[in-house]
Amino acid sequence: MTQPALESMYQEIILDHYKHPHHKGLQDVYDAEVHHVNPTCGDEITLRVRVHDGVVDEVTYDGQGCSISQASASVMTELVTGRRVDDALAVQEEFLVLMQGRGQVEPDEESLEDAVAFAGVAKYPARVKCALLGWMAWKDATAQAVGDGGATAKAVADEGTRS
Amino acid sequence: MSYDVERVRKDFPILQREIHGHPLVYLDSANSAQKPQVVIDAEADLYAHHYANVARAVHTLGSEATNAYESARDTVARFLRAPSRDEVVFTKNISEALNLLAYSFSNATTTPGAERFRIGPGDEIVVTEMEHHSNLVPWQLLAERTGATFRWIPLDDDGRLVTAAIDEVINERTKIVSFVYQSNALGTINPVARITARAREVGALSIVDAAQAAPHLPLDVQAMGADFVAFTGHKVYGPTGVGVLWGRYDLLAAMPPFLGGGEMIETVDMSETTFAPPPHRFEAGTPAIAQVVALAAAIDWLEGIGLPEIGRHEHELVEHALEVLPTVEGLHIVGPKTAEDRGATISFVLDGVHPHDVAQLLDEQGIAVRAGHHCARPVCVRYGVSATTRASFGAYTTIAEIDSLVMGLTRVGEMFRR
Repeated sequence: MTQPALESMYQEIILDHYKHPHHKGLQDVYDAEVHHVNPTCGDEITLRVRVHDGVVDEVTYDGQGCSISQASASVMTELVTGRRVDDALAVQEEFLVLMQGRGQVEPDEESLEDAVAFAGVAKYPARVKCALLGWMAWKDATAQAVGDGGATAKAVADEGTRS
Repeated sequence: MSYDVERVRKDFPILQREIHGHPLVYLDSANSAQKPQVVIDAEADLYAHHYANVARAVHTLGSEATNAYESARDTVARFLRAPSRDEVVFTKNISEALNLLAYSFSNATTTPGAERFRIGPGDEIVVTEMEHHSNLVPWQLLAERTGATFRWIPLDDDGRLVTAAIDEVINERTKIVSFVYQSNALGTINPVARITARAREVGALSIVDAAQAAPHLPLDVQAMGADFVAFTGHKVYGPTGVGVLWGRYDLLAAMPPFLGGGEMIETVDMSETTFAPPPHRFEAGTPAIAQVVALAAAIDWLEGIGLPEIGRHEHELVEHALEVLPTVEGLHIVGPKTAEDRGATISFVLDGVHPHDVAQLLDEQGIAVRAGHHCARPVCVRYGVSATTRASFGAYTTIAEIDSLVMGLTRVGEMFRR
């Protein structure tokens, strides 16, 4: 029963973000708000986005759930805030590929930063949705904020269930 | 003679497995039980030596398969103390068994002679607040389809039914009472005879979901006093893909079919069809032949060990678990805190750690538990938790495994607190 094995997936980064989440607490001024749930485990998130001049100005959220879902949302807010929407979507896509890679994808720390801590999650199909919850909520909210509402939101929801 | 758990464990090849370098500690039997070698062999043997479709073929293999399939019905009838083998219907699982009833009752609206199953506005359908979604959603849907009122017997703070409410909730307007024998989320064992007696008193049909009870308690459908009893194969150490609905023959004989298809008919012409008598009326299409045969092997295995013996062993496990689990810092049991009228399933929460994290971290130590709302979300809502972690025991569970769970939980708690 070795310590590293036990903590292979629960790195300090994840526990840190879980215990001390960033951007948690909803801001009053926002362009779009979404509420996403993971019905198999009851994880949920309400997320608000403000987009200004094609830049993700602010992302705040409130939610409850496992450390993977909550820490992943916290890490996500750090990664997308202040980026151009296109760049942020590219990071989101990179994280999605990592999560859907069944543990075979080598993460790029340069672009994913703290999100590389979730690489181990990809080996556990039941937890992939937890890690993606905040990211999918952000993508959905951002799509609504930049104005191509319904169809995109639906496509995002489908993507979220594919894992 | 005392219960020899080590001998029981030898029957289960999977218990030799290691998970992440640790011996498997399988505490998820309420979700699905592991399979003894005799069950695995029974399924393979049918395919290897006796397989053909049942009830249609006149050749030797067809006869052998049919005999094996119909003998399994005798085994199940004996297991349930059913007055007649023709009261045993094979389904896909218990969800299908319960849906069979709900949809047959719907179909009764337009079937002459099936008046007693008709339900409509002003009628009431009763469940309990601790139902698995399988015994909740079909009845909610039936209420919606028919305009009947959906009601439930509430839970008290200790995870048991409010027995004082039984006589009020089940009343002269009640047409159907469908309830769980042993709760999958709380472990609570309900007073079956008390509830079926009340249902009978008001002229309602009574249905018992025995999915969790079947692997732990001897089932006697006559003593239970129910009109219908259902269970599923994979929780009684049998294969997946097969469930059982038992029903009183006079009721089954008056019920319209649920699914139409092959082998459930008497005569068919292009304008009209008449139906086979029970049980075949409710077994449209090619059934799960090999799984039904393997289910009989599982029942033979269970009866060989002895359900009363298994029940006593599990009771000891529950007493031990209820004693040692609360020693884990921040652990709170959700459900009855005492072992009486309580099955081998214990749900709990650990302060500051989500059940999915608990389950994942236990898995890294080789311990398999379930986390979530256990398909009984109203139970979580009732006790104000989003999810619980659940440890459930079986014939092969040992005291040492429960101690491993306690050690594992202590480590998880420390990790999140530091």
